[in-house]
Amino acid sequence: MVDLSVNLCGINLKNPVVPASGTFGFGLELADSFDLNVLGGISLKGTTQEPRYGNPTPRVAECPGGMINSVGLQNPGIDALVGQKVPALRKVYDGCVIANISGFSVDEYRHCCSKANDCDGIDIVEVNISCPNVHNGGMAFGTSPQAAAEVTKAVKEVCTAKPVFIKLSPNVTDIVAIARACEDAGADGLTLVNTFLGMRIDIKQRKPVIANTMGGYSGRAVFPIALRMVYQVAHACKIPVMGCGGVASAADVIEMMMAGATAVQVGAENLRNPFACPEIIAALPAKLTELGIESIKDIISIV
Amino acid sequence: MDKYNYTIVSNELVAAKTYRLVLAGPQVDGEFVNIQIPGYYLRRPISICDQADGRITLYYKTVGEGTTVLAAMQAGQQLNLLTGLGRGYSSAACRQEALLAAGGLGAAPLYLLAKKLKAQGKKVTAVLGFNKADEVVLTEEFRALCDGFALATLDGSAGVKGFVTDAIATLKPSYDFFYTCGPMVMMRAVCGALEGPGEASLEERMGCGAGFCYCCSIKTTAGTKRVCKDGPVFKKEEIIW
Repeated sequence: MVDLSVNLCGINLKNPVVPASGTFGFGLELADSFDLNVLGGISLKGTTQEPRYGNPTPRVAECPGGMINSVGLQNPGIDALVGQKVPALRKVYDGCVIANISGFSVDEYRHCCSKANDCDGIDIVEVNISCPNVHNGGMAFGTSPQAAAEVTKAVKEVCTAKPVFIKLSPNVTDIVAIARACEDAGADGLTLVNTFLGMRIDIKQRKPVIANTMGGYSGRAVFPIALRMVYQVAHACKIPVMGCGGVASAADVIEMMMAGATAVQVGAENLRNPFACPEIIAALPAKLTELGIESIKDIISIV
Repeated sequence: MDKYNYTIVSNELVAAKTYRLVLAGPQVDGEFVNIQIPGYYLRRPISICDQADGRITLYYKTVGEGTTVLAAMQAGQQLNLLTGLGRGYSSAACRQEALLAAGGLGAAPLYLLAKKLKAQGKKVTAVLGFNKADEVVLTEEFRALCDGFALATLDGSAGVKGFVTDAIATLKPSYDFFYTCGPMVMMRAVCGALEGPGEASLEERMGCGAGFCYCCSIKTTAGTKRVCKDGPVFKKEEIIW
């Protein structure tokens, strides 16, 4: 019997597989398709202080080995998340629930994380720092160590009961510097990586495919880059890492964990195969046995 | 939602850039299927035209690279489909007499609806519009099934010359509920011209096709809706043109 369980900041996950934020709605959307309880955790759709419609359509573009999305954080707001979405999910799911919080100012992060901290159904607070800071010329918080540390510190002040994972952007020159800044500011863990800024052009119409011109590129093609960043960060920091980016198979999960991830998020693959997570989880025991691994924890950071 | 491999029974060019794809496999619920095309990342959503005896029939146009690859696939090859997707037309909304107004391949999902309405004992009039004669599909099927039928082409090369709305104005069919599917400009004209309640099927570029990625969200008079899950069929009064 292979042991798939992992421990994330004191929280036991029955397996390391977690659908990534934005690729699994608020969980309940998939509850009729398969038993959500097979999942190690669920990272919910990014949530802001106020409800947001998001960006105009088209919001998605086909790419070789992946896709670009620019949904623009469509969400019902933090009050609806903690008041309705999480309680509804909790009726059918007993695993690890991760709230993903976005903000356009430090105050917004603080407000939302405080509410998430007070919500019983939430186990981990994941903070998306890829958003533009409206008080600083729109530069994303996640692109400077100082801004990333400022958000981390503010969130940690209000989020006293739950582990805080900072979700890092890969669109930076030195992801290790950002990761270290978050760790030093008190982050309990790190999720990496978010999507890669990309663009497509419709050459017949001579205009961008995505209405918002640019969007986040994700999918199988980004796996080696994400893996490299997970490896670098996991070796530079002591706090646990959730690896994310292009994961599409049980072998990818194992590879990501060998690079340093304690848990692994599956993102874009859910959009092409909504059954990707249960299929990967079902395939893990045989793959681990084939490799002579009895407990999946044993391979974390083994490379 | 379910996921199955279907076997291609036939995949034939039936009109200009237009293919009829017949697949063998489980019967499906919902309004459309989401097809994995080998070599492409995202699936392609295609409306269901017909299903019977373990076969489902779809129509598609080769509009981009993905559908061009699909067109080259042969009988006997497998396709992976997500099924049970989309909220379709409410056939029960029609009391006795239905009017179906199709533009181009919008005729395909309306054919499945016509069969349902006929099975419920309702009177059905179908009006199909195309740009020109070489694009015309499904006319024999609709003619055999429906109580009233008209065909319009923009250039007059088949049926009456003009828009679907012109053919409807000439035919003056009696109906208590109308259903439309086609290009947005055509459906807007239909919803603007026709009196009484009706439904239209919207199109939007989709990510998952199953309601959890929120890539195809639109604003309606009833709030933000996902075309793939809350639609693709919406009430006339919900649509913001």
